[in-house]
Amino acid sequence: MKVLVCMSVVPDTTTKITFTNSDTSFNTQGVQFIMNPYDELALTKALDIADPAGGSVTILHVGPADAEPAIRKALSMGATEAVRINAAPTDAQFVAEQIAAYAKDKGFDFILTGRESIDYNGGAVCGLLGAMLNLPSINVITQLGVSGQTATIERDIDGGREIVSCPLPFVASAQKDLCEPRIPNMRGIMAARTKPLQIIEPVSGANHVNYSKFELPQPKQGVRMISAENPEELLHLLRNEAKVI
Amino acid sequence: MSVIIFAETRDQQYKKSTLEAVSYGKEVAQKTGGKVIAVSMGGASDAASLGNYGADEVITLHGAEFATFSPEVYASAFAEVCKTHGGKTIIISNTYSGKSISGRVAVLLQGALATNVVDYPDTTSGFRVKRGVFSGKAFAYVDMQSDVKVIAITPNSVEIKTHGTSASVSAHQPTGLPTSATKIESTQTVSGKIPLTEAEIVVSAGRGMKGPENWNMVEDLATALGAATACSKPVSDMHWRPHSEHVGQTGITIKPNLYIAIGISGAIQHLAGVSSSKVIVVVNKDAEAPFFKAADYGIVGDAFEVLPKLIQAAKASATS
Repeated sequence: MKVLVCMSVVPDTTTKITFTNSDTSFNTQGVQFIMNPYDELALTKALDIADPAGGSVTILHVGPADAEPAIRKALSMGATEAVRINAAPTDAQFVAEQIAAYAKDKGFDFILTGRESIDYNGGAVCGLLGAMLNLPSINVITQLGVSGQTATIERDIDGGREIVSCPLPFVASAQKDLCEPRIPNMRGIMAARTKPLQIIEPVSGANHVNYSKFELPQPKQGVRMISAENPEELLHLLRNEAKVI
Repeated sequence: MSVIIFAETRDQQYKKSTLEAVSYGKEVAQKTGGKVIAVSMGGASDAASLGNYGADEVITLHGAEFATFSPEVYASAFAEVCKTHGGKTIIISNTYSGKSISGRVAVLLQGALATNVVDYPDTTSGFRVKRGVFSGKAFAYVDMQSDVKVIAITPNSVEIKTHGTSASVSAHQPTGLPTSATKIESTQTVSGKIPLTEAEIVVSAGRGMKGPENWNMVEDLATALGAATACSKPVSDMHWRPHSEHVGQTGITIKPNLYIAIGISGAIQHLAGVSSSKVIVVVNKDAEAPFFKAADYGIVGDAFEVLPKLIQAAKASATS
């Protein structure tokens, strides 16, 4: 069994977001970068399935060299090998093109991504990859089991859940509830140091979108306090002042 | 050229997010020119009604393939219609179904893709959209540079506008569709409950509720206000509530008109997921809770004392 897990590297969830160069780029000063939380779930699930079957899990990242500590973390969690495509990940379509170009002739049994990266929140790579590789794509999965050549998958749908079956190979994106993320142990951390990390150059891709500017949300005007004894006033204000009920 | 909308239904009725998408499409067509065409799959009770929200035409697709939702089949059929009708701007709601197809549609049409879009495009020079990034902590302006543009808009981002007109409806039975590799074994939907991402009012609670057994109060308030319920990360991590209710940076990002947070202190990760809400009400017994800084209205008080009064007031207000 061969599994591919795609990972992105994102600012830690506690990061206060700011921008530089006249709001045209994200200010990385003092920011701690981590493996995208949903990708940790994807990797853990891939390992849970591939390990008992004696399979391999390849972790793939599209990005520059400063992502390598996060990639090593993925290796310490148990990934067999890592691949880094040496390019700035400009947008979801570019990233998906790179992954598809790498994966197309490798014979992976399935490919997992996170539901979305917590920085650009595109949630697009799973579907993009599915179409590029002509594979079924199943978004926001909360359970995955593989038996023979068939996977049974539970996924979130609008207002509920659905169980689908799907032949291998396929692409799916990990949602919370899929599993608890694996914590690397000391043995894993030691082993990760010598695991292979292959660096390959990008293929040329189309440039469909361009991030031109960033903006922070407007700060609130200030809070209006209401006495705990008088919640009727809150309802009155919500109805007549804010007009939201 | 035309503006083409993926019209989603639930129980044969168009979703609110679809009406927003059609309104959005109309607005775009007024800037770029062209017809507004809505594409409806799997049956809808009143296709012509989309005309009221700005659609010139509604194309309904029929066939056994559409009985259940398959991203491959739906994306292929939709992309085919877009090609046939010269679709240049393609509008999809950023719902779970919409997210399942938007990437595939962009690949099939070799177009530019922008998901999580929260406002109308700026077409003064080029085509620039605003999208939510960093899980609600910021926005990005993105120039879409390809001839075909696929835009997935976040529910509750734009107003529904009515035009008092009716759309012409034509039915098609597409051929040559891929067979779906995936097979739906079972579906579980919570009926009669508003999906969190589409709700206009959300009542959310955190650890301040002390335990899952106290959630009936949260639900009572939600029912009285016609709201969906949500929770903070610790609450879903402790399995007091299902993960599908977790709003925040690693949960769902929502933007309702009204967000009421009870017993949630307001960690930066939680604020990220809800800060786009139009109005935020915070109830917390700690006057120093950081959430008050991000709130419009606040009540300092114990949830167990404030909630019953609030429920009573909401019930009274609903009947007045």
